[in-house]
Amino acid sequence: MRVSVKKTYKLFVGGRFPRSESGRSFEPAGAPGVNVARASRKDLRDAVVAARAAQPGWAGRSGYNRGQILYRLAEMIETRSASLVDEIRAGSRKSQAAAEREVEASIDLVTWYAGLPDKLQQLLGSQNEVSGPFFDFSTIEPTGVICAVAPDAPSLLGSLAVAIPLIAGANTVVLLVSEESPLVGLVLGELLAVSDLPGGTLNLLAGQRDELLPQMASHRDVDGLLLAGTPDAELGASAADSVKRVRWANLPDRDWSRLDKLTSLHWVRPFVEVKTLWHPKAP
Amino acid sequence: MTQRSEQQSTAREESRPQLVFGERWVYSPAPQSTEHVSMRERYDLFIDGEWVAPRGRRHFDTINPATEEVLTRVAQAGQADVDVAVQAARRAQTDVWGPMAPRDRARYVFRIARLIQERSRELACLESLDGGKPIRESRDVDVPLAAAHFFYHAGWADKLHLAFPGAKASPVGVVGQIIPWNFPLLMAAWKLAPALACGNTVVLKPAETTPLTALHLAQILEQAELPPGVVNIVTGDGRTGGHLVAHPGLDKIAFTGSTSVGRLIQRSLAGSGKDLTLELGGKAAHIIFDDAALDQAVEGIVKGIFFNQGHVCCAGSRLLVQESIHDELMRRLMARMERIRVGDPMDKNTDMGAINSREQLQRIEALVDVGVAEGCELHQSTCTLPSKGFWFRPSVFTGVSLSNRVAREEIFGPVLTVITFRTPAEAVEKANNTPYGLSAGIWTDKGARILWMAERMRAGVVWNNTFNQFDPASPFGGFKESGFGREGGRQGLQAYLRFHDDVLVQG
Repeated sequence: MRVSVKKTYKLFVGGRFPRSESGRSFEPAGAPGVNVARASRKDLRDAVVAARAAQPGWAGRSGYNRGQILYRLAEMIETRSASLVDEIRAGSRKSQAAAEREVEASIDLVTWYAGLPDKLQQLLGSQNEVSGPFFDFSTIEPTGVICAVAPDAPSLLGSLAVAIPLIAGANTVVLLVSEESPLVGLVLGELLAVSDLPGGTLNLLAGQRDELLPQMASHRDVDGLLLAGTPDAELGASAADSVKRVRWANLPDRDWSRLDKLTSLHWVRPFVEVKTLWHPKAP
Repeated sequence: MTQRSEQQSTAREESRPQLVFGERWVYSPAPQSTEHVSMRERYDLFIDGEWVAPRGRRHFDTINPATEEVLTRVAQAGQADVDVAVQAARRAQTDVWGPMAPRDRARYVFRIARLIQERSRELACLESLDGGKPIRESRDVDVPLAAAHFFYHAGWADKLHLAFPGAKASPVGVVGQIIPWNFPLLMAAWKLAPALACGNTVVLKPAETTPLTALHLAQILEQAELPPGVVNIVTGDGRTGGHLVAHPGLDKIAFTGSTSVGRLIQRSLAGSGKDLTLELGGKAAHIIFDDAALDQAVEGIVKGIFFNQGHVCCAGSRLLVQESIHDELMRRLMARMERIRVGDPMDKNTDMGAINSREQLQRIEALVDVGVAEGCELHQSTCTLPSKGFWFRPSVFTGVSLSNRVAREEIFGPVLTVITFRTPAEAVEKANNTPYGLSAGIWTDKGARILWMAERMRAGVVWNNTFNQFDPASPFGGFKESGFGREGGRQGLQAYLRFHDDVLVQG
């Protein structure tokens, strides 16, 4: 019998695949016998540094370019469909058909957002009719660095549902993937790495929410939080210290598979800023 | 410019004749009459369309900061009063204002706009008497803009379905609104107009030191026959605000004020399920490039920091000057600052009035002392200040570095700090080096540079070759620790609406 080569699932930070600096790994509940790097608070801080460094570059690209990169990600998911189905099944009790549906929905979601970045200014910005000799208009800009937390399931679609709208809005993101089934969430890094997404734009961590969420909420260089789950007063209070934008995606389980719930401007709007410019008109 | 021609031009500037009026051209007093302004001896709370005494039977003085004279007494609302106000607002939302035809809601808001215009003289006088700002500003800025906000938002009431196509929107519900003392009536308008147009009802808490125009606005709401309970006005100090923030019967809090209080509110609302919008402090970079029209820029700088005694969250308090024009710009700015007329707010020639309160004056003085102690060079107008009341001279700090406290903290007074830069990239770096992000100003004649700079400012409002412009159609609000949510424009409506297909909640 052939002795197989077992894969360690690693983090994805700044376009690289580090193990945790803490030297820890864990066997996820959904996939016993598989080793996954367990991110520490230091790994989280490193990921925030990578996301901050990537922020101006990502925000500085044209919407057209950001859209093309997201579309490339959809292409990558499509070609890796078969192995993603296997990995979803390895980390959960999903049937083959349900796993296939999740991958298809993931491709659909990424494609929907791939068509969005070059339309945000027209959808959310405006020229403003002011009573005075001024040209006045409002543009849309990313909030900055956002920490996102994926739901436990579905592990692939849930990760994309929280992270991709943020990326489409030109934010850079640190995503904590499903704690229960982290495998396919981390595999996403292997797809991002070949999708022309600049390193640091989307960083992936696996680990324990109890350990990492308080750090996400209190980190002074994080501008916003998008968390799957029930609103938590303590985390929300901690986020107030740097006036973070906080949103909770408290969806019933079945809605995490419904594209109509996951693809809308409501996922983008809380994490973009409206900037209003004034200039006088004069001969 | 070569060094030689630069020297020549400086020499020319110095030999230019200066106009020295001395005592020979002193402005005659031009006091605004207040004969038509009638104040009550005592103001109660405006709850459910009635004037009711506070349960605690406590009233406190509101004074004129320019004279320290007591103007009248206003009610201190306690927990029980806030409770009654919230209940009244809930009834009004459910039974009257929510179900009302949008067209009719619009008409009430239009009426309010008209009545503000018709009572504009009275409101302007009260604003200056109670808050210390020059009558010229109350008359020409605060009151007309307040009317404009109601007029603008009235028109949205029956067009909300056009504002967000494809999304089904409904009112948030009952909103608690807490407003500051720097633009008392205008902030009430910024808060009330969009809330009402979107179908919400309100419990409004005006600032402790400047409650009068909000109370006269309540009289206007009575005149407009606004249904009882749609707007309730509870006066008091920070404790009243605390009761409002903590009240479980509200769906949303909207707050304008300091970042430190905003943080406390965000903290206490976490996990409550309430919506929140915050418009907080600022430390705006006001950037002057060497090709700017200097005399216009000087006017912009003066408007940016001395407008409303510098009690402006978006004040241009951090002047970033390109090194090559620093000396020349400072020469012109100091000369201009010396000509600012400081004094009686009710005089129509006054440029800068009284500091809003003794507490605020002490805060300004304390921070300016820190600036001097840290080695910054303080320049002040030599104007004569009245003997009574709260006053602070127009002031400029030069020789300031980014790490000085006067360059980092919001002073909220007529105090400008000046920092130099060499390149556009350095200006961007210095401008964004702050946890605040409310506003920024850019002066240059180069169009491409304006757009390049404006794109890089991490601030919610960027004034280019102008400063401190406001309009109800123009969204206003902060990046970073200057808060979240916008006021004004289509974007501002979102703060008072919930969308049926929105699955994200604030906390």
